[in-house]
Amino acid sequence: MLALNNVEVIYNDVILVLKGMSLEVPKGKIVALLGSNGAGKSTTLKAISGLLKPEDGEVTDGEIIFEGEKIHHLDAADIVRRGIFQVMEGRRVFEHLDVEQNLIAGSYTRKDRRNIRQDMEQVYTYFPRLRERRRQTAGYLSGGEQQMLAIGRALMARPKLMMLDEPSLGLAPLLVQEIFEIIQRINKEQGTTILLVEQNARLALEVADYAYIMENGRIVLEGEPATLKENADVREFYLGLNEVGKRKSYRDVKHYKRRKRWLS
Amino acid sequence: MEKFLQLTLTGLTNGAIFSLVALGFVLIYKASDVINFAQGDFLLVGAYITFAFVGQMGLPWTVGVFLTMVLAVLLGLLVERFVLRPLIGEPIISVIMVTIGLSSMLRAFVSSIWGTTGQPFPPFIPNFNVNIGTAVIPADRIIAIILAAILLIIFTLFFRYSREGIAMRATADDQQAALSMGISVKKIFALAWSIAAVTAALAGVLVANIIGVSGVVAGIGLRVFPVVILGGLDSIPGAILGGIVIGLLEAYTGGYLGSGLSQVVPFIVLILILMVKPYGLFGEVRIERV
Ligand SMILES: Nc1ncnc2c1ncn2[C@@H]1O[C@H](COP(=O)(O)OP(=O)(O)O)[C@@H](O)[C@H]1O
Ligand SMILES: [Mg+2]
Repeated sequence: MLALNNVEVIYNDVILVLKGMSLEVPKGKIVALLGSNGAGKSTTLKAISGLLKPEDGEVTDGEIIFEGEKIHHLDAADIVRRGIFQVMEGRRVFEHLDVEQNLIAGSYTRKDRRNIRQDMEQVYTYFPRLRERRRQTAGYLSGGEQQMLAIGRALMARPKLMMLDEPSLGLAPLLVQEIFEIIQRINKEQGTTILLVEQNARLALEVADYAYIMENGRIVLEGEPATLKENADVREFYLGLNEVGKRKSYRDVKHYKRRKRWLS
Repeated sequence: MEKFLQLTLTGLTNGAIFSLVALGFVLIYKASDVINFAQGDFLLVGAYITFAFVGQMGLPWTVGVFLTMVLAVLLGLLVERFVLRPLIGEPIISVIMVTIGLSSMLRAFVSSIWGTTGQPFPPFIPNFNVNIGTAVIPADRIIAIILAAILLIIFTLFFRYSREGIAMRATADDQQAALSMGISVKKIFALAWSIAAVTAALAGVLVANIIGVSGVVAGIGLRVFPVVILGGLDSIPGAILGGIVIGLLEAYTGGYLGSGLSQVVPFIVLILILMVKPYGLFGEVRIERV
């Protein structure tokens, strides 16, 4: 459905962030993209969704293909219309709009305006808490509710491919659990293909059909979650399950901060 | 009592017109962070174009006002496309200087065609007097208030319920997130400028209908500053309420304390309010959650 082939992204004409990034997302699956802070995960998503322009970033090489067509030269609005919707990192709800207006904003590109009410009801069945808060200003919702709203807003666009950028960021474990369950339900019930970016590798590997691990602007490892979970490096650096005596000291220092993140 | 009623009516008329002008001003500020110093000149151009169609060419006023609205939209689009868009990302002070330059250009354009002396406006609102109790009230003012109120209600509904209105507010909140919804930010800027130009042109027509066409019409546009500072630079309800408050304040102080004070007192009130509410009465507060 979606393929990135050797994509290169440069910010401000000089900062090379993606260096030959390739991945594939098959239709109907959940694919996880894992990696530590600064690896280039968000940049990858923005390259796909056409959101690099406001940050002065550009795809300078390689290609991004969605349903057989190159999309890396289209602008963001066209890409949304083709069925790709990104739920941005940090939720980014429209703070001064209420919950319902946020959902309407999500449906902006929809042509079948008549079905919008019905889809709003569907969002409320996935997230009953949003129904209670439908008239509340989004800026005053809790972090978890904002994340639900961000996902609900994406559902309103009825995308074929939903890309989620760190939906677990800053949320309590129970809420994260709840949100991940709903992501799985959306995938099963709506048939929405999902590309999930996470730092929380353990959880992401639970729900994904396939996973990529990226470092420094390119993929370093990929495979089925079951295989990856057995990989010694993944266990050590991404799942925090190091086996005593097996650490190499300089890497240990280098990855110390990171590993702490994965543990949380 | 009679005087009070008269003053209230004058205040409401001026206030409703201020609100219309402020609405456009706030829209542009919200959407693109531009402070448009040419807003007053949009009134001037609107008034003169209607004057040309109705007063000079003798078209029926419905047609004349409609054509004025069409031309105002075009003006707004042209200004956005060729003056403001090339400036995206430039320092705010350059953008402000450009709108000041635009203001002089529009003024020069008007005076080169119609001269600088004022002219009577073809009254399209029938002028007769209405008796309310003991007070005699000119109907053109009442009708101006009603027209302005209808426009303000339409825009309020537009921002609350329509897809494009919500998209405009979303863009004002978070441009990149709006982009991620598939909202075209360019289109939103163009929409903001056209709405601002149309509301200003219509306000210009309403003003001209009362005081005739002359450079003074643009001066009304400048009074929008206390209005938007009072209401909050980024608040649409604030623009509407701010307009009415300033209109009434000016009328009451002019009537009871003498006309010399009518422009000063609103500023004093303004300063007092800002001391209590620094974002203006309705300015959007930065939402800080923990
Ligand atoms: N707008 C930008 N301008 C310049 N550099 C950027 C920009 N956004 C991200 N980067 C850099 O690109 C790298 C990858 O960032 P990002 O894609 O956000 O990583 P991740 O989402 O994996 O944490 C980082 O080194 C970051 O500093
Ligand atoms: Mg990121």
